[in-house]
Amino acid sequence: MSTEIKEREPLFSAKNVKLLKNPLNLSNPITVQVLGICSALAVTAKLEPAIVMSISVIFVTAISNVVISVLRNGIPPRIRIIVQLVVIATMVILVDQVLKAFVYDVSKQLSVFVGLIITNCIIMGRLEAFAMANKPWPSFLDGIGNGLGYGLILVVIAFLRELLGSGSIYGLQIIPHQFYEMGYKNNGLMILPPMALIVVGVIIWVQRHYTRDLIEKN
Amino acid sequence: MYTNGYIFRYAGIMVIIAAALLSTAAMLLKPFQERNVAIDKMEGILASAQIPGVTAQNAIQLFNEDVTEEIVINENGEAVETYTEPHKENAKAFNIDMKAELYKKSQGKPFELPLYVIEKNGQKLYVIPVRGTGLWGPIWGNVALASDLNTIVGVTFDHKGETPGLGAEISTKAFEDQFVNKTIFDNQGNFTSIMVVKGGIGKLPENDRIHGVDAISGGTITSNGVNDMLKDVLESYLPYIKKHR
Repeated sequence: MSTEIKEREPLFSAKNVKLLKNPLNLSNPITVQVLGICSALAVTAKLEPAIVMSISVIFVTAISNVVISVLRNGIPPRIRIIVQLVVIATMVILVDQVLKAFVYDVSKQLSVFVGLIITNCIIMGRLEAFAMANKPWPSFLDGIGNGLGYGLILVVIAFLRELLGSGSIYGLQIIPHQFYEMGYKNNGLMILPPMALIVVGVIIWVQRHYTRDLIEKN
Repeated sequence: MYTNGYIFRYAGIMVIIAAALLSTAAMLLKPFQERNVAIDKMEGILASAQIPGVTAQNAIQLFNEDVTEEIVINENGEAVETYTEPHKENAKAFNIDMKAELYKKSQGKPFELPLYVIEKNGQKLYVIPVRGTGLWGPIWGNVALASDLNTIVGVTFDHKGETPGLGAEISTKAFEDQFVNKTIFDNQGNFTSIMVVKGGIGKLPENDRIHGVDAISGGTITSNGVNDMLKDVLESYLPYIKKHR
């Protein structure tokens, strides 16, 4: 008889921590996989909606990943995409309802973009690529990690856009009044989506400067 | 291999669970959402009258302080009910379903519409809620008239789902501020409404510019929606306005 006891993997083993950390840099959904760009441009004019959007996406990716991972052995492959969509849509509608009930202003600012989390490629990508083949706990971490990776970029973009475009951070005026009297002007272009795209470009540039592995060899 | 029966059962059960979950959530959260909608409505009414410092937190209090009368008027311009008690959110006027009443009007049936009177610096302001259709869904707002029932003190607009960056610009300050000090009657006392002009009010004759604002580039259908909404709704208040001017 074999006396080998299958050792339980610790909750935060090196492999699991990687699931959390990789999406922040090496496999970032926005800057490396270039997914979810549309919403990254749309909701980042101010910090507050960007943060709420990030939290919503983290919630949806994590919970959908867990649900799909739990169901993964029973899902008929022929309708797996439909099942994934139903799970995502349910979570997104829940998030939308909760936002409407408790942070109405923000939900109004986010308008259609909360509903559009359903079409965010990051979420379905993670379900199909990861949750369908992994256990619930790693799937949960993978969801949190990818949500965080998305959120991190959103917050950085929103920070720059709000600071330069409105002179404030999280709604608080940062640039002192005297600056405006001396002729400083907010950059109106920062408020518009094209500038967000350029900011994303700059972030990708900076990231590749420091993370040489990402640069294509040829 | 999964049988067709299994797939159908699986899909059926999944859909029922999702539906049950969502309807429970919707029922539990409804009271909170309705309260938010009411507060949002108050904020809109106060903001159109240019009351400073209105936030979601103090909207109910300010609404009760600043709004002195909530009037229900009928199609002949008669005040059916004038509510001046505290708890202004319980007034009949506040809870009128604009959509249903405007539909009755379009069918040529009798209708009742709300009118809010706000006292600001000793002046009486009249706030008329408006509602119409944009490109993707309903648009609505408030028009605050000065005591002459002609000059606009301010407006607010809001929308359900107009295109961000294009039609959705109607709810920005830049668009709304254009309406301040415009008039809805010409010198002869004829109703002109406020025209939302594609290509800008520069295209209008000199003396009509006081009745027009610039439309939004790329948001033509929403701009037309605002134009029609103002004309249609303000028209319904004409009998009342004419009696009180």
